[in-house]
Amino acid sequence: MASQAHRAQNGRRRFRFDFGRLAAYVLLAVGSVVMAFPFLWMVLSAFKPLKEIFRFNFWPQVWTLVNFQDVLLRTQFPRWFLNSLIVAGISTVSVLFFASLVGYTLTRLRFPGRNLIFILILSTLMIPTEMLVIPWYVMSTEYGWVNTFWGIAFPGLIPAFGVFLMRQFFESLPRDLFDAGRVDGVSEFGLFWRVGLPLVGPGLAALGIFNFVGNWNAYLWPLIVAKSPSMRTIPVGVAFFSGEAGTEWNLIMAAAALAIIPVLLVFFIFQRQIIEGVVLTGVKG
Amino acid sequence: MRSSYGAPRRRRLSLARREALWAYAFLLVPLAFFLFFRLWPAVQSLKLSFFTWHVDPEQRTFIGLQYYREMYANFAAKGDLFKALRNMLYYFLLVVFGQVGIGIFSAVLLNSITWFKGLFRAIYFAPYVTPAAAVAWVWGWMYSVNFGIFNKFLSDWSDFVTNLGLPWLAIDPQPFLTSPKQALIAVAAVVIWQQLGFQVVIFLAGLQGIPRPMQEAAAIDGANGWQRFWHITIPLLNPVIVFSLIISTISTLQMFDQVQNINFTDQGGPLGSTLTIALYMYEQAFQKFRIGYAAAVTVLLFAIILVITLVQLKVTQRKVEY
Repeated sequence: MASQAHRAQNGRRRFRFDFGRLAAYVLLAVGSVVMAFPFLWMVLSAFKPLKEIFRFNFWPQVWTLVNFQDVLLRTQFPRWFLNSLIVAGISTVSVLFFASLVGYTLTRLRFPGRNLIFILILSTLMIPTEMLVIPWYVMSTEYGWVNTFWGIAFPGLIPAFGVFLMRQFFESLPRDLFDAGRVDGVSEFGLFWRVGLPLVGPGLAALGIFNFVGNWNAYLWPLIVAKSPSMRTIPVGVAFFSGEAGTEWNLIMAAAALAIIPVLLVFFIFQRQIIEGVVLTGVKG
Repeated sequence: MRSSYGAPRRRRLSLARREALWAYAFLLVPLAFFLFFRLWPAVQSLKLSFFTWHVDPEQRTFIGLQYYREMYANFAAKGDLFKALRNMLYYFLLVVFGQVGIGIFSAVLLNSITWFKGLFRAIYFAPYVTPAAAVAWVWGWMYSVNFGIFNKFLSDWSDFVTNLGLPWLAIDPQPFLTSPKQALIAVAAVVIWQQLGFQVVIFLAGLQGIPRPMQEAAAIDGANGWQRFWHITIPLLNPVIVFSLIISTISTLQMFDQVQNINFTDQGGPLGSTLTIALYMYEQAFQKFRIGYAAAVTVLLFAIILVITLVQLKVTQRKVEY
């Protein structure tokens, strides 16, 4: 259809169209330089020896791995990495299971109070995390959750947003499917686990990756609850590290690069699912 | 609540009852979670804001609205709370409109090209998935007065134009984060940079929902690119724009990671010029241990978010969930 319309246009318009397209490429390329520069600057600086840092050459004259070595051996970075992995892993498994279970229940089962419960869960989205961290902290000191994986992870185990997302997915499945399963004598949990879940794969992928990245990057709550250096997650650990390293920018940049690389890897591998997840939040609502 | 399912035959009724029992069983753990870790703590914050703080709950004394009066006094005396709220307004104006505006513009450009679409999108989106703290260190260094790349650019540029005989084009080195006037704008630029990719993806999806024949019909009728953008794209994107505004407003009101990490020495910038409500709350609660007062501050933040969300929903008259 598009090509027909183009053929209908005269030569002048065609030229203008191409000009506009060229301008679009130029503007986007300029934008990309601005967007990518801080990354490049950080990664390249991480490979420079300290004396090159203040010389402002863009490309390292001498490539060195000593900064990475320092960060990995002199700090508890490997431990922070493990902590982040554990916390993000636990919460992602929990989020996938509970968000889909609640999403399924709220769409596929009929029971009194269904809408009320959904509204109740949605309304918690309006409570800012800042309002919750103080009581969470009081609670954590009371029950001994400070400096534990549970303490860091518990606030993110079931997000209202994930429930909302999975509800959208289950809503799009045909009801007949579940009725047929019910007639065949599949149990209610079996209907969820064996009939429903396999059909919402894309939703699970988007939610899982998004949640993993979100937890990996979480800062405010881990900063409060992970008091001992060995329980810090990556963002918290590296924040303290940069405070202690002062102006050793090469070390700070190496730490920042190490903190960013795992998320960027996840992002490039699962780009499609992440973007799908963002889109679902905005457009299907 | 309507519960009009099932004819009143005994077998149907028991089936419906069975289904309801399963539903409640499935919801038991999640509902307990939302009650204990979301709703109850929110109520606790409200309660804590009326009491002096003590680790032992028995020894907290009720002081009514005293912390709220203190907040008002601080605000009236243009103290830190006043600065945090003033900055909130500035951040809102700069960050929200900046990222939504640049986001729409970039998405329209991205939508008009065919090659390298995925690559451009990835480059724009990458900052969004990186830890805000790490982003803040890189930018903090780039902004550094003596060791930052930006001032190096400026001095190179000044040398360049001076050599060309155009010294009036030279730009002096800038203080950036160390200046009360520039610090907030510098931080806002970082946040826009980081959030832009999210907006671009949202708007790209919205643009894909706009029927192409509509654009083409307007083009044939002689509408130029700008007119098409303004009279077709923007009105049709309206729901997506509303969603974007709400999401970015709420995240801007809660800014913390970037602001706390971008300055090593003074959190909140020179003269509190980059201080946010979240950082103010954090300092009060976890550095000065004024728990009750900090709780009162979070109640204020909640009230602000509630009012803004309700106003935005009312204005748009469309149910937007986020």
